[in-house]
Amino acid sequence: MSLLTVNDLKVHYPIRGGFFRKVVDHVRAVDGISFELQPGETYGLVGESGCGKTTSGRALIGLNKATSGEMLFEGKDLAKMGKAERRGYTKDIQMIFQDPYSSLNGRKNVLSIIAEPLRNFERLSPKEELLRVQELVARVGLNPESIYKYPHQFSGGQRQRIGIARALALNPKLIIADEPVSALDVSVQAQVLNFMQEIQKEFDLTYLFISHDLGIIQHMCDRIGIMYRGRFVEEGTASEIYNNPQHVYTKRLIAAIPEMNPEKRFEKMHLRQSINEEYQTEYNNYFDKDGRMFDLKKISDSHSVAMQ
Amino acid sequence: MKKPVLDIKDLRTSFRIKGDYYAAVDGVTLTVHENEVVAIVGESGCGKSALALSIMGLHDHKNTKLEGQVNFGDENLLSLSRSRLNKVRGKDIGMIFQDPMTALNPLATIGRQIEEPMDYHMKLSASDKKKRTMELLRRVGIKNEQRVYEQYPHELSGGMRQRVVIAIALACDPVLLLADEPTTALDVTIQAQIMDLMKELQNQMKTGIILITHDLGVVAEMADRVVVMYAGEVVEIADVKELFENPLHPYTRSLLNSIPSNLEAKEKLHVIDGIVPSIQNLDREGCRFAPRIEWIPEEDHEKNPEMHEATPNHFVRCSCYKTFYFPEDRVGEREYVATNS
Repeated sequence: MSLLTVNDLKVHYPIRGGFFRKVVDHVRAVDGISFELQPGETYGLVGESGCGKTTSGRALIGLNKATSGEMLFEGKDLAKMGKAERRGYTKDIQMIFQDPYSSLNGRKNVLSIIAEPLRNFERLSPKEELLRVQELVARVGLNPESIYKYPHQFSGGQRQRIGIARALALNPKLIIADEPVSALDVSVQAQVLNFMQEIQKEFDLTYLFISHDLGIIQHMCDRIGIMYRGRFVEEGTASEIYNNPQHVYTKRLIAAIPEMNPEKRFEKMHLRQSINEEYQTEYNNYFDKDGRMFDLKKISDSHSVAMQ
Repeated sequence: MKKPVLDIKDLRTSFRIKGDYYAAVDGVTLTVHENEVVAIVGESGCGKSALALSIMGLHDHKNTKLEGQVNFGDENLLSLSRSRLNKVRGKDIGMIFQDPMTALNPLATIGRQIEEPMDYHMKLSASDKKKRTMELLRRVGIKNEQRVYEQYPHELSGGMRQRVVIAIALACDPVLLLADEPTTALDVTIQAQIMDLMKELQNQMKTGIILITHDLGVVAEMADRVVVMYAGEVVEIADVKELFENPLHPYTRSLLNSIPSNLEAKEKLHVIDGIVPSIQNLDREGCRFAPRIEWIPEEDHEKNPEMHEATPNHFVRCSCYKTFYFPEDRVGEREYVATNS
């Protein structure tokens, strides 16, 4: 059974205007996406800014409300739950945030930051709590003394580890990682990515990995969903997406990855130009008359594309 | 041989922190020729942006000490008076900033902002200015230039804004362009568009470009020559092809190994141990990268690391590159030696 099944999830924000600030229209931030997460896999959600990938992640963890659709976590629909019932599942779904500078409370020391989820969900004596936090801090590779330090005393990579320790505190099943390394330097990125892979094996975690960086997504993910304007344009395994992209938008994204071989840079430039032409000339094959994507259609067992 | 546009000799930029001066750019020597893209790569804190701001004279004068020479044409920019410097920057040297939203004035129309440098540096009639602005907008790939001319920055998308920033930098036909992380704030597809645009413009205009970036992908796509910086120093200079095929300095090799590349699927990314030292705690003697590659014996480093020409036009600092290896590559070998002895 899949760990999480998302069915036709929509998140719409009202646009108010006119007399009495009536709702005149909606921003369709997420407009009907469906996907499944298998236990232990890393699923990548890719797209450019404003495509709805972060909104989807936040809807799953309950930070914003889903307008409609189902989010089945181990068979139970999170969207229909009341607050109290949903709280029971908060333990199992945790989040790693993008910016390690703003996601840690600067007035709390590391002990209180990491212990916060424990205090909310588990009744531990101060001694047990300290022990758990020390364990977690050691696991993410920080000095045990650092639990009495404050976030500003750490570098970006170390802060992100504190954020990961906090996410791990309640032994979650699913971790939603929203651009976990985009605020970090290249060499620190490598550190955090390696570490995330290690703990995935160790704690048997499932990741929903949200990113705009296609290089990192390819490195980390088993399966990938490409989002554009609140909808999926293509979904498949990493190799299907990278080696055999079908949708013109996917092709465009992949062609935009900078070419690491300097000799091929003009080839790449021409490739981009020809894809742009395809985008212009074959627009109608990929988008309907309102500019919306078509629904996903399977082209193989694991690969689906939003084409007519 | 191409004509040099900018010639930096032993530039040292020091900032005052609690009364003492610490060098953020520590003895940088480099030359930019016309029609050449020189990329300066390094991680945050390596001094690449401080270097760019030193060239432009944009540092806070009270707390900054600049030593060395920045020769542009037949003048040393560091010794110019403020008024003379103002005649050069914005005209002969254009700058493209990282974040197009903060680089543009939200209260002025796009047309006004592109015309501003022309007011300072060129004597043009109002109609000539407008004609020139329209042409610049077209040249940076903006199709509805009539409309954009009247618009304000908030009405444009990020990619469009960066095109406008480029148009401003090009307004007075610069000989040298300084681009400080020009694509970092942009989405991937927009980044690709801006990179292609800059390549195209460079082919047409034959300007020298200093491209400052932390993204090796952008370097591979754009640069002719690459300067790698670490902790305020240049550690390696080579032509772009040579650098990617045959990187020498341990820092360059580590960086290249730590990015997830689409060429080969790697199980694990290389991690550089330790952290970049802050400029106050930096040990300025010996090889600055040595603390982060502790498995290399001390005698392999030089006492006063200098730049060596390893192969023609490929310069590398310190001798440690000769014996450098990645410990993860040697794991198997060591076991092999152990079982055979």
